Amino acid sequence: MSPTLVILLTGSAVAASCALVGSFLVLRRMALLGDAISHAVLPGIVLAFLFTGGRSALPMVLGAGALGLATVFLVELFNRSRRLKEDASIGVVFPALFSFGVLLISRRASQVDLDLDCVLYGEIAYAPWDLLLVGAASLGPKALWVNGATLAVNLLLVILLYKELKVTTFDPELAAALGFAPVLVHYLLMGAVSVTVVGAFESVGAILVVAMLVVPPATAHLLTERLGPMLVLAVALGVASALGGYAVARWLDASIAGAMAAVAGALFVAALVASPRHGLAARALTQHRLRERIAAQILLLHLSGEAPGQVVGRPGVGEGTGPAGTEAGLAEAPRPEAGSAAATRDASGRVPAPGAPPLPAETVRRRFGWSEPRLRRMVGRLARQGLVERRNGHLVLTAAGAAAVEGAGTAQLAHPLAAATPRA
Amino acid sequence: MSSATGSPVEAATAAAAEPESEPAPRRDEVAIEVHDLTVAYRTQPVLWDVDLALPAGHLIAIVGPNGAGKSTLLKAILGLVKPLTGWVEVFGRPYRERRSWVGYVPQRESVDWDFPTSALDVVTMGLYGRVGWLRRPRREHRETARECLEKVGIPHLAERQISQLSGGQQQRVFLARALAQDARLYLMDEPFAGVDATTERAILALLEELRDTGRTVVAVHHDLQTVAEYFDHVVLLNLRKVADGPVTTTFTSENLQRTYGGKLTVLTQAAETLLAQRAARGGNG
Amino acid sequence: MDLSFTARNVLAGAAILGTVGGVLGCFTLLRRQSLLGDALAHAALPGVCLAFLLTGSKEPLPLFAGALVAGLAGSFAVLATVRWSRIKEDSAIGIVLSVFFGVGIVLLTHIQKLPAGNQSGLDRFLFGQAATLVERDVQLMAIVATVVLVLVVLAWKELGILAFDREFAASLGLPVRRVEALLTVLLVTVVVLGLQTVGVVLIVATLVTPAAAARQWTERLGTMVVISAAIGAGSGVVGALASASIPRLPTGPVIVLVASAMLVVSLLAAPERGLLQAWRRERHASRTIRRENLLKDLYRAGESPGGGAGRWEAPVAVHELMGERGRGPGELARLARGLAGDGLLDRSGDRLRLTPRGVAAAGDVVRRHRLWEVYLSRRLELAADHLHRDAEAMEHALTPEAAAELDRMLGHPRFDPHGQPIPRGGEEPGGADAADPDSSRPAP
Repeated sequence: MSPTLVILLTGSAVAASCALVGSFLVLRRMALLGDAISHAVLPGIVLAFLFTGGRSALPMVLGAGALGLATVFLVELFNRSRRLKEDASIGVVFPALFSFGVLLISRRASQVDLDLDCVLYGEIAYAPWDLLLVGAASLGPKALWVNGATLAVNLLLVILLYKELKVTTFDPELAAALGFAPVLVHYLLMGAVSVTVVGAFESVGAILVVAMLVVPPATAHLLTERLGPMLVLAVALGVASALGGYAVARWLDASIAGAMAAVAGALFVAALVASPRHGLAARALTQHRLRERIAAQILLLHLSGEAPGQVVGRPGVGEGTGPAGTEAGLAEAPRPEAGSAAATRDASGRVPAPGAPPLPAETVRRRFGWSEPRLRRMVGRLARQGLVERRNGHLVLTAAGAAAVEGAGTAQLAHPLAAATPRA
Repeated sequence: MSSATGSPVEAATAAAAEPESEPAPRRDEVAIEVHDLTVAYRTQPVLWDVDLALPAGHLIAIVGPNGAGKSTLLKAILGLVKPLTGWVEVFGRPYRERRSWVGYVPQRESVDWDFPTSALDVVTMGLYGRVGWLRRPRREHRETARECLEKVGIPHLAERQISQLSGGQQQRVFLARALAQDARLYLMDEPFAGVDATTERAILALLEELRDTGRTVVAVHHDLQTVAEYFDHVVLLNLRKVADGPVTTTFTSENLQRTYGGKLTVLTQAAETLLAQRAARGGNG
Repeated sequence: MDLSFTARNVLAGAAILGTVGGVLGCFTLLRRQSLLGDALAHAALPGVCLAFLLTGSKEPLPLFAGALVAGLAGSFAVLATVRWSRIKEDSAIGIVLSVFFGVGIVLLTHIQKLPAGNQSGLDRFLFGQAATLVERDVQLMAIVATVVLVLVVLAWKELGILAFDREFAASLGLPVRRVEALLTVLLVTVVVLGLQTVGVVLIVATLVTPAAAARQWTERLGTMVVISAAIGAGSGVVGALASASIPRLPTGPVIVLVASAMLVVSLLAAPERGLLQAWRRERHASRTIRRENLLKDLYRAGESPGGGAGRWEAPVAVHELMGERGRGPGELARLARGLAGDGLLDRSGDRLRLTPRGVAAAGDVVRRHRLWEVYLSRRLELAADHLHRDAEAMEHALTPEAAAELDRMLGHPRFDPHGQPIPRGGEEPGGADAADPDSSRPAP
């Protein structure tokens, strides 16, 4: 196997297994517990080193798994004692464990073949040369074996416990009521996170494991609504980050693991901006459109004279003003003269709606608290749609506008919630 | 200082000596004017074209089902949310210019009561606007705060850590903080939520005293059975304003049906009964 | 103590960092933003690298400026992502932390391979080599820390109200956004200050751990901040001294471990919030309840059914007391031994008899139980069969004063709602407190 292929395969395996368990961390709002575990496994790994005197995989996985679960347990212990909030519990546990690990490495430097820089940001470039030896025979690169195994374990976990993970993630109480043992599922998941982290530790380092655990799943979360597709997408994005990261690293002659995290971040930013449903652009646009529509509806409603509380002056205080508005404020507006219907008919044949008196634009503007450009834009748009006309500084509802309020629009206007719900 | 020699609130007024201070508002003055107010969170409208003119010197309840926009209305009045259309005036001016006239009592659950601070410190926060930013509260401010605690009946709890207070006592602390603001208009988000019966009576007495000294109280209220008993003016809200006016004419089963839909027959009957009892007693409190 | 020049620098740096970290940590802890500091520390790395790439200098000031800008960018990225997308805060912090750091690693390794690049100077900025602190670094730290502390003191009231009740602060007209921005700038500053001393991973502990420990000792923000600063500075000094006197002991991790140990001590031993105290209170309460229940059972056994005067001279066999309340023989024997030791009980074999003092103490428990039943039935108009369970709990909670007040309020009732007599209290020596194991022991 060529070194490049080994690196690519190992990186992809790390990314895929992290994405599988990381998706549940993100959905359970426990991303930072993943961060904590990825640091806190260090003493477990070091202790495994010290006890076995070498870097065999099994003791390391066991040691790290134990420390990972201990982290989760300690965080919950502090949390449940109600002396610390959850964020603080995480924030005090993992630095302490990490410090302990660093201390062990420094004190027993001769026995522990771990480089602290490697712990933090990993070195996947060495993966092809660290071989798994059984007796004298080489079975190929160790990192590939280890991460391939964790990927298999995680796949098995997600496939076998898909239903349980899903229910406990979205509704832990329901899950408990249905007999799904959410606590057990929680610790199984955290155990899987710990094991995944150990596997990835040497390849991408503690902090970049967090990138693989959190970033691709969060990106996938922006792109889809459903759990199944999210898992698939997260794995795909993770693998894409690994492959893209390798290319970038080659190009810049820089850290491969760092580049993988950077590419994952770039993919996240792209999704954040451009995701069709949850992207900032789409969101801003829909939001703007819907808000403008609400505002337009209210303007039309007021021009139709149907809006409640159509009062410009102060209403009689202490009177029960029901939904039927008074027309007190409309007296100021010049009403179309009875004989001048022909004069107000314009070229396009639009007729002012009967019973819809013109309102001074300035009155409308002040009442809505809008700026002049804002009103101009809004009226311009409604005029283009033929719903409103501007005449001598007054706004008039056209027949089409009245129909929009009365007819087709009634349902929406009567039920503003229905009108504004984005889902079709 | 004892309550016999005059209310601490009045003493605080004298101490404050605001340049804008004017005589207490007349009964027929408008405390809050809301015009065409539409507020949307993201894409969902929460208030739809609301017009209101709330009279000064009354106890005013805002009533409506969950998610009807009641708290949002308070926040819009306080300028904490930006409206899509419309505007709000407090005593004829924008809120910014009337800030020192307005006291606010947020929902009790909105803060972390495990915060390391004493009841007295929380009440002193009500005076921060008067202390001035970047300045320290002085002894006179602490004295005022202490008087406000006395006013709500818990002067002995001044140094108590706030997590050691009962729900009712915590609500009293919030009310004392609002009293310390010495406002003309009080906006309260569910002041009766989760308090014991004794506290509920004490709060009511306090609100009535505020009203009787010319202040206006606008409170989001959940308990339909007590609306008619506690308040004299009511706003029925469910996204839109359904009705507003004196309790006696506005708090009718018909309006309640329109506010809540057909879900509340038992409660509306209860309200009717209460109204009938009140009418029989022949007064509006 | 004889300290080398380097060690003195490290000591001063660690103490300064502990102080400001402890102070600011209180505010982030109370605002539940403990892990934001972690994200900011990691986010500083690309800033340091870019500053080096742009200026080619390894002077602390430009690197510091780069870290500051990147840290602020990271903080803004967290806020913006949470505010404008469906991504929750935990994920946003995780993303900013790891991606910024990844970019930083790329830049760092890239610089390393440039002809002019020797990243060792940048390295120490990130992975914490306190030994590389020189006098000028310490001076810079002292100046920055002083500015930070002065700002905190100036904006004390504002930071406090912002942490407690943001919305109320806004309604008062406090420019909350600007105060929050100030807090973020201060936080980033402290984080950057700590990078060289304790390193990127452990900086979060210098913020959170002292504050979390200090919170246990006090219920006042001011006191908490002072204690937190003291714990921060103390663990800094201890850590620096330890690593100066013991070989191969890195400063940063030792500082964190000392602070963590102080946290554990605080969690356990703090006078009010301490867990040991809570456990003791709980055990004491449960022991009192069990003792009072046994006394009450013995009292009832001697009461005459008609409501006349009771006779407690006849001993009661232990097996008659089992079954009810799920007590086993072992627990009964233990309770009886304790009560006998306090002179409330005579034991002969497996038979128990109340002493006169025991009768008085037991009567007091029964009295509280029955008074509460009277109160419930009169005030809440509960039916007689609903009273007993509630009274079972209240009899242990009522203080003697409250019982006396209740008695007065109810007009000194003679019978409970079930028609059983209510014993009069306070006539016998020992009285109300006799059932309390701590107060009944006679002075030697």
